Amino acid sequence: MANPVEGKQVLMRIVVDLNRCEGYAQCAFLAPDVFTMHGEEALMYTPHADDAQREHVVRAAAACPVQAILVDQWADQRADEPTVAREADVHVG
Amino acid sequence: MSVDGPSQAFKRHGRIVIVGASLAGLRAAETLRKEGFTGSLTMIGDEPQEPYDRPPLSKQVLLGRMPADGAPLPRRCAIDAQWRLGVAATGLDLVGKRVRMADGEEVAFDRLLIATGTRARPWVKEAEADLDGVFVLRTSGDAVLLNRRLTARPRRVLIIGAGFTGSEIASACRERGLEVTVAERGPAPLVGALGGVIGAVAAELQRAHGVDLRCGITVTALEGDPAGRLTRAHLSDGTALDVDVAVVALGAMRNTEWLAGSGVAAGPRGIACDAGCRAFDVHGIVTDDIFVAGDVARSPHPLFAYQFLSLEHWGNAVAQAEIAAHNMIASGPDRLPHLWVPAFWSAQFGVNIKSTGVPTMGDKLMITQGSLAEHRFAAAYGFQGRVIAAVTFDQARWLDFYRKLIESAAPFPLDFANVDRRPEGLRPVPAEFPDPSLPSHGPTVTLSGYSPSDRRVTFTPAHA
Repeated sequence: MANPVEGKQVLMRIVVDLNRCEGYAQCAFLAPDVFTMHGEEALMYTPHADDAQREHVVRAAAACPVQAILVDQWADQRADEPTVAREADVHVG
Repeated sequence: MSVDGPSQAFKRHGRIVIVGASLAGLRAAETLRKEGFTGSLTMIGDEPQEPYDRPPLSKQVLLGRMPADGAPLPRRCAIDAQWRLGVAATGLDLVGKRVRMADGEEVAFDRLLIATGTRARPWVKEAEADLDGVFVLRTSGDAVLLNRRLTARPRRVLIIGAGFTGSEIASACRERGLEVTVAERGPAPLVGALGGVIGAVAAELQRAHGVDLRCGITVTALEGDPAGRLTRAHLSDGTALDVDVAVVALGAMRNTEWLAGSGVAAGPRGIACDAGCRAFDVHGIVTDDIFVAGDVARSPHPLFAYQFLSLEHWGNAVAQAEIAAHNMIASGPDRLPHLWVPAFWSAQFGVNIKSTGVPTMGDKLMITQGSLAEHRFAAAYGFQGRVIAAVTFDQARWLDFYRKLIESAAPFPLDFANVDRRPEGLRPVPAEFPDPSLPSHGPTVTLSGYSPSDRRVTFTPAHA
């Protein structure tokens, strides 16, 4: 069984509760490579970030006025990873 | 082991099985562990991936901003589960307390959480659905295939159905510069969720962004070439359209077939459960050990006349899963009701659409802030003299205010003296939801010919 994170340095997983998000765009200032505004107030984000982004993402999550950003709070993901391979050929766009 | 009222022993050594390894299943598993459940936990899911987030599939993924497999959900804690992914549950033995799986195995449980969600409603004609170029969008696998095809720049994309998913796909296609036709049976996009007044704004948005929007139209047939590739779509107004991609966005079907004959009250409308997420059996008696959460659940909401609500909302999956998990390991008086006020969002054509409450219960609405013409407004829906729902277009910061009005049964019509109301918003107008008692898709059948051998039926699917 393949390690799902092998070969890719996907170390942080991110999800934003967009019911909470009110478009203050603090995250888009603090981690612009991960969070961007789409139109006036819709947020679009990349749901994963590598180590280089870690500090920015953590800062963005902390600065969110409505605390809508959830990142993995758990250091060792791999121990509890489901043991299935992920498709390797899905990079597009 | 028998669980007669939740005991500390169950919390320590019990066996919990969760069927459905998506958002609701994952959040339930986390809640169980956070609240001290240390027994065995099994996660069964028919998709091969670990739990991932679906909303980006119709947005970031189709815009090519992230790969379709790029959104595994973050974990709030370690859940120490046995994962059975890529294998569907196929049956439930309520008496023997076992889940049957597609690979023939059985998993025993003391308590079960059903969070099997929904799947995309397929195109009704199977042979046409199998044509190369016909897609649905629900799973990351679907998104991989659709995105790959959009990247190859088809001449024209046909979206069948202008609900939220169809509209978001149309938006992404336009942003990629693709020609798009949207065929919607109803009088406007989003009409089923938000009514005709707001639907008219959604229609303006689509047309302003270059979508060839055709309302009151159904697709009667999809046609392929000899190699089985989609080439053409036939519409109910008698026209045809050359397309190489068609996306079927006709809503979702609840994954309850595996429960047929199990004794659980499960059917096409979902699984009925009480406000504490306990499933009803077919006698209408609440079960002790079977819980339900997420898109597949139907539960009564005290704030909305105790109606059984089926909510295919991201936020409902999270909130209901947390309540279900809590109640699975709590004893009677400590159990909590699922009282989450419905809320959802959609981003399309550059506009952030958000809603709270139950718009479909509203018979009237008022534009309380902003203006429909500017595509930037807040609207409140009224029902029997109270505020029952609200929707905002690029006015998200106000939504929480409206949620509190809904929660406190604030009187409708609203009378805000000091906000930027326009003349159009001073009076309530009908919200224009389609009448649910009328068939929206009854066909027109006409006969032609005189002699019995000439008599022919012409079947024309209705305009909505």
